[in-house]
This record gives sequence, C-alpha cells and structure tokens, in this order.
Amino acid sequence: MNAFLAYLLLMITGGIISAFTGRRRKLSAFSGAAGLILGSLGALTVAIRPLINGRALALRPAWPLPLGSFAVEIDSLSGFFLCVIFSMTILCALYGWGYNAATGKNPGDRSAWLWLSLLAAGMALVVVARNAVLFLLAWELMSLSSFFLVAFENGREKVRRAAWTYLVATHLGTAFLLAMFVLMGAAAGSFDFAAFAAIQGKNAAFLNLLFILALIGFGTKAGFYPLHVWLPEAHPAAPSHVSALMSGVMIKTGIYAMIRFVAISGPPPAWWGWLLVLTGAVSGILGVVFALAQHDLKRLLAYHSVENIGIIALGFGLGLIGWSCGSRFIMLAGFAGSLLHVANHAIFKGLLFLSAGSVLHAVNCRNMEKMGGLLKVMPVTGAAFLAGSAAISGLPPLNGFVSEFLIYTAALLCVLHNQTGVLIPGIAVIGSLALIGGLAAACFAKACGVVFLGEPRSPEMQNAHECGLAMRLPMLILSAACLVMALAAPFLVPALCAATGNIAGIPVNPNGGAALMLKTVTFWISAASLLLIFLLLLLAILRICLFRGRSTAKTGTWDCGFAQPSPRMQYTASSFAQPITNMFRRALDIKTSGILPEEFFPGNASFSAHADDTAHRYLFAPVFRAVDRALACLRWIQEGRVQIYVLYINVILLILLLFAL
Amino acid sequence: MKLESVCGYVLALIAAPILLGVINRVKAFFAGRRGPPVLQAYHDLFKLLRKSAVYSGATGYVFKAGPLVGLAAVMLALTFMPFGGIGSIFSFNGDFLLVAYLLGVMRFGTVLAALDTGSSFEGMGASREVQFAALAEPALLLGMAVIIRMTGQLALADGLQSFSFGLTAASSPIIILLLMAWFIVFLVENARIPFDDPNTHLELTMIHEVMALDHGGPDLAFILYGAALKMWLIGALLVNLLIPAHTGNPLLDLGMFGAGMLLLAAAVGIIESTKARLRLLRAPQLLIAACAFSILALVLVLR
Repeated sequence: MNAFLAYLLLMITGGIISAFTGRRRKLSAFSGAAGLILGSLGALTVAIRPLINGRALALRPAWPLPLGSFAVEIDSLSGFFLCVIFSMTILCALYGWGYNAATGKNPGDRSAWLWLSLLAAGMALVVVARNAVLFLLAWELMSLSSFFLVAFENGREKVRRAAWTYLVATHLGTAFLLAMFVLMGAAAGSFDFAAFAAIQGKNAAFLNLLFILALIGFGTKAGFYPLHVWLPEAHPAAPSHVSALMSGVMIKTGIYAMIRFVAISGPPPAWWGWLLVLTGAVSGILGVVFALAQHDLKRLLAYHSVENIGIIALGFGLGLIGWSCGSRFIMLAGFAGSLLHVANHAIFKGLLFLSAGSVLHAVNCRNMEKMGGLLKVMPVTGAAFLAGSAAISGLPPLNGFVSEFLIYTAALLCVLHNQTGVLIPGIAVIGSLALIGGLAAACFAKACGVVFLGEPRSPEMQNAHECGLAMRLPMLILSAACLVMALAAPFLVPALCAATGNIAGIPVNPNGGAALMLKTVTFWISAASLLLIFLLLLLAILRICLFRGRSTAKTGTWDCGFAQPSPRMQYTASSFAQPITNMFRRALDIKTSGILPEEFFPGNASFSAHADDTAHRYLFAPVFRAVDRALACLRWIQEGRVQIYVLYINVILLILLLFAL
Repeated sequence: MKLESVCGYVLALIAAPILLGVINRVKAFFAGRRGPPVLQAYHDLFKLLRKSAVYSGATGYVFKAGPLVGLAAVMLALTFMPFGGIGSIFSFNGDFLLVAYLLGVMRFGTVLAALDTGSSFEGMGASREVQFAALAEPALLLGMAVIIRMTGQLALADGLQSFSFGLTAASSPIIILLLMAWFIVFLVENARIPFDDPNTHLELTMIHEVMALDHGGPDLAFILYGAALKMWLIGALLVNLLIPAHTGNPLLDLGMFGAGMLLLAAAVGIIESTKARLRLLRAPQLLIAACAFSILALVLVLR
C-alpha cells in the first residue's frame, strides 16, 4: 500500500516538474508523460493483486485530516476500478505526448500535464479512500483538475462556457454528497466508511433519503439523464486524450461510489433497483437519440457516454433487484454485467475519443458534415474508429456484446422469476436494451459512414494525414483490447463475481452456482466469436480464389443516370439520422431554419437543423434563471468601494470577537 | 451436437434459395404468368459467382468486406436455430441474443458497405434500414421473453422444442400474437412488401435492393445468398412456433419443417400479390404495432 501511494506521488512529481519546465515544451511533455506512465504502471502492479488473490490491502497512518483520517484500502472492487483507471491513464498519457508534439501552442499548455497527473491521482484516491473527508477531498481534486483540463483552450469563448458549466454542475453534485456524508456521519458518529456500517439498522426513510442524495450527487458525475447536461459541453471542449480519460474513466467514479454506497447501506429495498432501471432506460434511450442528432463528432461521442452509463445503470439496477429479492443469480449477472461494461466502455470510448482526436487534429474541423472519405488518408485511425464503433454498438465478436449479454442474462432470469416486482424491470430492461442497441448501431453507422467512408466532401479532407506513432500506438492497443476482452471474458467473470460478492458482503464461490453459469455462457460467446472470425477468414479465402485470374474494373459510383454527381450530394449525417430523430422529435426539440428552394429555377437554398438538449432547456435553464433572480436582491452588498469592504471585514471581525467572548 | 442437426443445417444452406423461387412462382400465379423456374435463384447465384466485378473508385475494403461479414454472421446464426423436431447444432442459455446480434452484425456490414460508395441512394437505403431495424429488435427480443416465460427455458432450441400441440392450443392467443409480431419482423428484416419491394429498382422507396446497387459478381452472390439464409433463419422461428410437432423421427420432423417453410414462402407470395407497399412514413407504425403485439403477449403470459 505504501508503494501504491509512492507511485501516485511519482505521477504528481512528474506533473510538477512538467509545470516548472513548461517553457521547454519537449522536456515538459516528456517529464509529464513519463511520470504518468511509470507511476501508473507501478500502481497497476499493486492494484491488480487484490483482484487475483482476493486479499485487501489497507493502510491507516496516524495522519489526521480535519474531522477525518487518511484511511485507504484496495479491495477487489477498488482493484477492479484501479485497473481500468491506470490502464487508460497510461494509454492517454502516451497519446497526449504525441498530441502535444503535434499541436501548436495553447494557453493551457504549461500546466496541462500537472492537471492530468492530479486528475489520475485524484481518481485513484477516490477509489481507495475509506474516509468521507478524504473521499471528498479526492473527489474535489479530481473535479477541479479536470475543470482546468476542460478549460485547456481557454482562448475560445465556447470552451470557457463549457468549463463554467462543468464547474457549476460538479459542485451542485458535491453539495448533495456533502449533505449525504454529514447525515451519515451524524448517524454513525464517525466519518470512516467502516463506521458507516452502523447506518444499516436505521429506519427506511432515512436510508431512502441517503440513497436519493447519493443518486443525485454521484449521478451528476456519472452523467445520468437529466443530470448529464455538463457532459456534452465539457467533453468536446477538452483535448481528446483528456476527453477519453474523462468520458471513459472519470464518470465511472460516480458508478463506483454508487456501488460503494449500497455496499455500505446493506440489502436495498426493491424500489432502489426500479429507480436505477428507470434512470438507466431513460439515460440510455435519450442519450443515443441525442447523439443521433449531433453534427459535432466529439459531442456525439459525449452523448454516447450518457447512453452507456444508462446501460451500466440497467445492470446495476437489476443487480440491486436481485439482491433485494434474494436471487443470487440475478444479482451476480446484473452486477457482473455492469462492472464488465464499465471496463468495456472505458476501452471502446477511449478508443473512439482518441481516434476522433486524431481526425480533428488532421482536418482541424469538428463538423461531421464537412468530412468524408477519411479512411483512405488515415487508414489506422479509420480502422480504429471502425473497431470502436462495432464494439460500442454491442456487436459480436467484440467486447461490448459480452457485457450487454450479461445484463440481458440478468433480465432473462428476472423474466423467469415468479414475483411481479422482479419480472417487470426485467422486461423493461430487455425492451430498452434492444432499442438502445439498434439505435446505437444506427448512430455509429452514421458516424463511421459520414466521416470515414464515401468521398471527401471538401478538398481539405484529401490533405489530411495520419497521426504520429505515439498517437497511433494507443489506438492499436485499444482496438486489440476490444477483441481480447471478448475472448478473455470467461476468465474475467470469476474475478467480477468475487468483486460483486464483495459489494453484497456475500462470499461467492467463483467456480460454482451463478458464477459457473455466467462463466459457461461467456465461454460460449467467446467460442462463437472465434467461430465468426474463422468463418470470415474462410469466406475471404473463398473470395480470393473466386477472383483469381479475373480482371476487375474501376469506375465511378452508379449514380442512377444523373449527369454530374458531386461528393456534396452524399447522404449527410443529418439526412441519415433524420427518420429516427423525427420519430423522437418530442424529446429532441429540433429547431430548423433556412431558405427552401422555390419556383422552377430556384436560387440559393440552405437548411440547418439544431437539436437542443431538453434537460438543459426545460430543467436547468429555468432553475438557474430563478436562482439568478432570487440572488439579484443581494446585489447591493457588492458596492465596488474599498471602504465598504473594509467595513464589512471589520463588522465580521467584531462579530467573531463578540462570539469568542 | 447431433448428426441430424448437422443435416438440418446443411439442408438450410442448400435449400434457402428455393424460398425465393416459391415466392416468385406464387406471385406469378397471382399475376396470371408462368413465372421463372423455382430454381432460378441458383442459376443467378452460379452465374454471379462466375463473373468478375466492377468497383467504384470511392470504395475501399469496407465495401468488399460487407458481403463477407454479412454471410459469415448469418451462417453462424443458423447454427443456433433449431429446425423443427431436430435441435440446433449449438445451444446455450441466451443463445437467441447472439442470433439477434449476429443479424445486427450482418446489417452493420451491409450498411457500412452501402455508405462506402458515397451514393446518396445507397445512403438513403442504409438510413431506412437502420431505422426499421432499431424498431424490429425490441419486437423480436420481447417475443423471446414470452417464449422464455412460457417454457422456462433460456436456450432457443430448448424453448422452441418444449412446445407441443397441447401447449400451443392451450395458449393459442399468446402464440397468435407472437406469430403476428414475428411475421412483421420477418417481413421487414427480409425486405418484403409492405415494407420494401424486392422487385423495384431505382425507385426512391426501396431499402435492401438499393444498398446492393454497386455490388456485382461474387460479392452480389454473397449478398443474395446471405439474404436467402436470413429468410430461412427468421422463417425457421415462425415455423418452429407454428408446427410444434416432434415425432422423434428425424426424417419426418425435417420433412414437416421443410413443408412449413414452403408454406411460409407461399404466404409471403400471397401477401406480396395482394397488398401494396406501405408509405414509408407508415412503416414505423406497423413496427411499433409489432412491439405492441409482443408486449401484449407478455401481458397475457404473465396473467
């Protein structure tokens, strides 16, 4: 455990050196990246141990924090999340190193590596903290360092606004967490997580209140609908390797904390599971529908994080339902599926953000409608994006399917259960997962097709270039990981089940009962994945044999007799998604504008559509306006005269003096 | 893995294109023509396999991989489908999810191949395909949930084979609702009227045909053959439900199953001859109706 903390310090030291050598960009980037990579590699070797042998590592030095203690522990659940955090950190640091070398100067450059190392260390601390005060400190460290990373290109007005939105949202969330921890601390008499177990016997209303506070507080970080509004703003604003880390990993700390919360609060009532299933279904469906309506590649990916967090919540909710009804099969399948999806989403979302970053860097434009045909000029990035797209759409033989399959399994077991309270959420999960799966495939067919396939829509696209090796390598590793995770799933399931048993405080035999069943089905899926690849190779060989000795000709795309086709006539992202977004127009609030062609010889015509976020528009904007109006009546305090402020200080000092007497 | 299951699989691989022939003959009969031979599809396939191909300059390897991915996915999916009384080659708990998602793989390959050409027509077809598929998927999987609830079996082959005439008769309303839901899924997934007209070319209303517009030679043969296998696959779902007879004699079972498939093809032919294609804006409504049928069947089964 001491070694673990030392590795975290190594990371931060690298960041500090990088900040002080900020003027010499090469040295600065090297020390920042090297610190992150070495520190993460070292910490990874420590964190993986509890996952393998099941023995938790703990440390509780005599180092008092105000109101708390520096209690840290790595159990199998923390170990699982740490593995995700550090593996992604290594790859993102490597990518960032290449990115830094490839881009011009930015106002945020000098301290970026410091913030990145603090973000990584903060996430790790959140996961290992076993004291509420330490937890909140780590939580703030994580949130604030990522705020500075979002504000990286703070020369742009849009970026400043995104960073501001993120800051407000994350602190709103923290406010709920503060209330929750204060209540828990008051009930337990201490802020140590170990002492929190005392709340298990408290009355149901109190626990329910805590759950709601936790759901809002952690849900804001995780990005549940409608608390997700910061997500599509902040992720596109940050540099791509930071987006990958924030979207792939940081939002999962919200999920981790939710799991830790239910582990503390004991067997849950069934409605907690119902609420999470509902939240998951709404986040999942609306997340992907919003994503379909986007033109900005990174914004589209950000909305897909809302969708995938929804899928994770579906599994988690089913796990809770299984726990509350005493069905260990449902519980294990739900929890294991949601945990596996945490890891899988980190992999494919990281991959997609990194390849999107490579595209943005090459063509210097974020609007998908202007791209096209990039696969030819950027073969590695394109292939990586294709692999990530298939994985995130949950298609075999890649990893997204395995975790969705486990969640489906939990739902099917619910369908077989004889209580209506268990059955209905199961059916809801099947229906919504099926819909989400179909829509996600549609959305990624759109993203891949419009950006990478077809013909380039503008001359700039032909001049695009592939990125450097330091940026390509992480993408290749992640693409391979998408396949490897799917094939290795049967071997991961026992560890996942052990981590799950940890949540519920139930010892799980990794080689029997529910764990064995999950292992068997994942084994079948892996076998089927291999078979699919084998069949594909066989057919490819057949195709080569068929074409041997035959000449193939090249010509233009068949244009149905039209005389002058141009690349701008290709189906665009908006037109591809229009039938679906039209089905969901009530939720999307699409605004269209433009000049429609009229008469026989139409002049200039234009059309533009923009989808607003309904949660932003109808929930947050009115709330903030109301707060603004309410606080306006206090504006007289802000006078602008120094004398008045000195007076304020004196009055406060006087009051404090009187109070002390 | 039983020998007769492998025979059933091989039969599917061989016999699937006959369905197209039967449909066309029935349509010809209704139109007062003689129509092409029942085995016409085989002639077409062999002719295409012997040809070379012309590729658009806009396309790359995604275009060439599309038909291969589609065919591989549907060939794998067929190994999990039982054919009447004889079981499937492979079977495990929840395997029908794999089947549904393999169809998704097939679709993803076809759609990306279509978008790779950069043609606005093919983009339009791709867009419609993904829209309809997103709605068909819940109807298919919720219907599966009905089967699981009724039979208590999580594997496709076990579930479908635990039906008997007695069970089917006792729960006929549920089975009828399910058949209606899945028949709609069958029509949309196989691009038949009222969703899509396989006979139109170069019209703005078509979906599947337009996506294969630029493919030729062996690539097109793979696409056509894959489509035939897909029809056999989803048709097998319906026939398994419709004829819950398991005599124990593999030959007899397989014969009955084959007859059921031919009847299904004839029914499709009759619908194609007597119904018009739906306006595209109405098509999603029919699919939502399919979802509603599935949910209604679920409600009945829970009662």
